[in-house]
Amino acid sequence: MYGAVAAGAFRRYATYRVATAAGMFTNTVFGLILAYTYIALWDERPHLGGYDQAQALTYVWLGQSLLAVMAVMGGGFEDELIERIRTGDIAIDLYRPVDLQLWWLAQDAGRALFQLAGRGVVPLVFGALVFDLALPADPWTWAAFLVAVVLGLAVSFSIRYLVALSAFWLLDGAGAVQIAWIAGLFCSGMTLPLNVFPGALGEFVRALPWSSLIQAPADVLLGRAAPLPTYAFQAGWAVALLTLGRLIQSVATRRVVVQGG
Amino acid sequence: MASPARTEAADGREDGQGQGRENGRENGRAKAYGGQETYGQERAYGAYARARDGLRAYRMIAAMWIRSTMAYRASFTMTMLANFAATALDFATILLMFSHVDRLGGYSLPEVAFLYGIAGTAFGLADLSVGSVDRLGRRVRDGTLDTLLVRPAPVLAQVAADRFALRRLGRITQGLLVLGYAIAVLDIAWTPLKVLLLPVMLLSGGAIFAAVFVGGAAFQFVAQDAAEVQSSFTYGGGTLLQYPPTVFAKDLVRGVTFVVPIAFVNWLPALYVLGRPYPLDLPTWVAFTPPLVAAGCCALAGLAWRAGLRSYRSTGS
Repeated sequence: MYGAVAAGAFRRYATYRVATAAGMFTNTVFGLILAYTYIALWDERPHLGGYDQAQALTYVWLGQSLLAVMAVMGGGFEDELIERIRTGDIAIDLYRPVDLQLWWLAQDAGRALFQLAGRGVVPLVFGALVFDLALPADPWTWAAFLVAVVLGLAVSFSIRYLVALSAFWLLDGAGAVQIAWIAGLFCSGMTLPLNVFPGALGEFVRALPWSSLIQAPADVLLGRAAPLPTYAFQAGWAVALLTLGRLIQSVATRRVVVQGG
Repeated sequence: MASPARTEAADGREDGQGQGRENGRENGRAKAYGGQETYGQERAYGAYARARDGLRAYRMIAAMWIRSTMAYRASFTMTMLANFAATALDFATILLMFSHVDRLGGYSLPEVAFLYGIAGTAFGLADLSVGSVDRLGRRVRDGTLDTLLVRPAPVLAQVAADRFALRRLGRITQGLLVLGYAIAVLDIAWTPLKVLLLPVMLLSGGAIFAAVFVGGAAFQFVAQDAAEVQSSFTYGGGTLLQYPPTVFAKDLVRGVTFVVPIAFVNWLPALYVLGRPYPLDLPTWVAFTPPLVAAGCCALAGLAWRAGLRSYRSTGS
């Protein structure tokens, strides 16, 4: 049944063809701007953060490809869930014989799968055509990368699920969503690879869950990180945050019952 | 950086709360305003009168939104701080870059901060005044544009003032702070001309970005689902100008000089102030053309807007 939910979400996002094309265009434009600034940066400091220039450029285009997939800046299921919590429609969801968290996870998986196919491929191909990228030829590396993407998605989902649940207390999710995407943008390595962050700040952001979204899959693809420890890191955060989400959900739903919806 | 969707993310949030109520209030306003018009005035509708009416409608709608925002002062303060923080992250990224290098594309940190401050402030001014027009695609899709068409006030003024978001002052504040830092640290050989160029840059830069916003909105009449294309020109342009032109490929610099002339927002005039040559062989006096370019862009955007509005067919649902 959750498979059907995911398929439904995939189809739903696939309906917006013009929006998807527009998104690809935007990712490409921002990819171009970032790529040139990275070239200037790596010209000045070759091997910054342990990347050579081709790897740094690959990182840029991977980031643009994964931006929508990982919903780094939000825009996934959470807006809808917050709206349902705010309006009280959530009470209807709770009647349904499905698990709330799994339902939305399936929904988000469908969305991510479509974004990966729809918005993920084109920026990377464009980047590879225009710049010299360090893309691996080995299919196993790509497979390992995809596993890291899936685990990253689980972390991304679990963070956004927590953000959405905060609406039970805040009623208006605006503040939480805003903080989430600011943190996501900065701490996922979207603007600058986390390896480039200096000293203790670097250690800190690399230990945060957001590094699972962009940095971890990119490093697996670039051969800069061993897959298994990376998976363990991502899975650890995913399990911890999903469990936390489940706990908060049970507290929150009891609260709904008290409120009477 | 890299954040076209942030408008949606930030603005989208405001939708739910109090939308119905506020729309109601807005309706009342517009009606009261319409009642004051008389028939004779309609006939003597010159360009000047139209602009005055537009500004008046804009002012009233914006004031209404400010009042509504101020009803929740704590929430307003928070969103403004968030707006400030979000834009400050752009600069934090630049600071992080400069923690590794002394120069980027041959420019020092204060010089980049100068470019950043002007681009950020000019973009902030445009975003504050007409940034809401990027919701046009959504209005076309859901049919709410029709409501605006029947009101006796220019549609552009209504769309631009819609959800007037004072919190966008956060971006302007941040840009001005960075600009202030740059001016304090930089050793510029100030001349009266250069001093005069500063406010001119900010205002005409704002007008150029505003024209890009409106032009993008006009495009959304045609491609209703393409809000992100607009973002890549507005937000993308804003991000591009934060870095020195020497960073980018010549063709890209040509594109933003001659095609979508956002280079006139800061690069051309700012490089004159900094005493740096422009990478394309252009005479020095082009540094003083931003007001003209701004006027031209606004005129073109206005024409595009009119063409777009004329081609508009309602959703029919």
